[in-house]
Amino acid sequence: MVLLLQLRINLNNNMKLPVYLDNNATTKVDPRVLDAMLPFFTEDFGNAASRNHPFGWKAEEGVDYAREQIATLIGANEKEIIFTSGATESNNLALKGVFEMYAEKGKHIVTAVTEHKAILDTCKHLEKQGAEITYLYPTEDGLISVEQVEAAIRPDTILVSLMFANNEIGVIEPIREIAAVCKKHGVLFHSDATQAVGKIPVDVIADNIDLMSFTAHKMYGPKGIGALYVRRKNPRVKVTAQMDGGGHERGMRSGTLNVPGIVGFGKAAEIALADMASDTERIIKMRDRLENALLTLEESYLNGSKEHRLPHTSNISFKYVEGEGLMMAIKDIAVSSGSACTSASLEPSYVLKSLGLDDELAHSSLRFGLSRFTTDEEIDFTINCVSDAVNRLRDMSPLWEMFKDGIDLKSVKWTEH
Amino acid sequence: MAYSEKVIDHYSNPRNVGTLDKSSPFVGTGLVGAPECGDVMRLQIQVNPETGMIEDARFKTFGCGSAIASSSLATEWLKGKSVDQALTIDNMDIVEELALPPVKIHCSVLAEDAIRAAINDYRVKQGLEPIAEEKSHH
Repeated sequence: MVLLLQLRINLNNNMKLPVYLDNNATTKVDPRVLDAMLPFFTEDFGNAASRNHPFGWKAEEGVDYAREQIATLIGANEKEIIFTSGATESNNLALKGVFEMYAEKGKHIVTAVTEHKAILDTCKHLEKQGAEITYLYPTEDGLISVEQVEAAIRPDTILVSLMFANNEIGVIEPIREIAAVCKKHGVLFHSDATQAVGKIPVDVIADNIDLMSFTAHKMYGPKGIGALYVRRKNPRVKVTAQMDGGGHERGMRSGTLNVPGIVGFGKAAEIALADMASDTERIIKMRDRLENALLTLEESYLNGSKEHRLPHTSNISFKYVEGEGLMMAIKDIAVSSGSACTSASLEPSYVLKSLGLDDELAHSSLRFGLSRFTTDEEIDFTINCVSDAVNRLRDMSPLWEMFKDGIDLKSVKWTEH
Repeated sequence: MAYSEKVIDHYSNPRNVGTLDKSSPFVGTGLVGAPECGDVMRLQIQVNPETGMIEDARFKTFGCGSAIASSSLATEWLKGKSVDQALTIDNMDIVEELALPPVKIHCSVLAEDAIRAAINDYRVKQGLEPIAEEKSHH
């Protein structure tokens, strides 16, 4: 067995298995990022808030530099970057912080059903506190329109929160236009840009963004460190702190700064900016090759807009094959599925369902997420492995046989269980 | 989720995948589950009219590894049994044999349902009453 595996690895030119294609979940830390972080664990380990000795100064220097690197990536001023533990905390701080701070203006918030749970569950929490939330539905491409947003805005609307790019299907929303409409109506605009920052150009000034959540570990940085961009001019935005303590981060987020994490985040931002064009060019070629090959399989469908999409993401449904069964067949490839079986809730992906997908298509989906470390041979391997698995499972799928016999599955009386 | 070796074995080398002639009076077909639930099983038995023994059993399943393994195992167990003996196959026997975790027990229930549905289809073809669905699952 070991020998066989060894042989297979050699045949594949030392390609390591399993192939990692779940980069929308998290990315590998870039070695350059790790190198930048290391000194801050054992040498420059001071508390960035310690003002009276060199350990503190070194740590503060590291944080200040990283804050600049991160601000530069998104076109912000470094004073507008509030460090948090990650995008979930940033989303909580943005929504709860705005709701509390702007309570006298109103209690209406607009968001979308395709948002991440960190937004949706925070909205649910706010509804219990008296907030009124409007949930917009996307088109079957996964897009929310400017007109939809404008129609949802009321005199008591305090915030519109829409994600920059979707985590499951990679669809990029028309953020700049939507945010401009919010500005016109004097409504704050927040974006969960977790999947977008570091992958595609994001500019908070040009994009009219007032608050923006993002995180290091989706852009080859470490886990446990994220940021909330909070605009300081036109308008000056304030959020009520959700964590009481030493008044760090301009009083918006107390807690000793995660210095190595922040330094890594900064380095990741610097690399993302420098390498974005070349990374994207290479990744998009591989992604399209993978996608085109898999879409040649009969009854396979791309989920979400093909055009308005992150360069590294592809979400494909293979009809008549169940997602978890498929994942088991491709255990040498690490991906995510929209199948109910892979979630705790036993419900298929709510994002895919909101696009109007049949349950069976939602159950049959795989999300491929490439990275700057993905290689051409990994893509070749994935194409072969997935194609073989889909064909094999279809051969044992009663639904596939019925489809081939021309039976309309909608006309079958199924026994629910 | 970690699968047991037996689930992996049945999933990787499924026994008795295939289709029997649905229109034959000696073939019983059971189709259970629903696409939107992520599991559909079709189980078929072929009964020897002289001996009353199940001489062949085939399945096709749309579902997770445990669902495929449950139906594959069911076909193995059905072959060589009489129709009445087949009715005694209990979903918990499948759970035990495949070491299914609690979240996958429904796969074994579905397999038991498929067996009963196939037997009932056969009984009705033979002019017999279907077995009532009174049995409660574990």
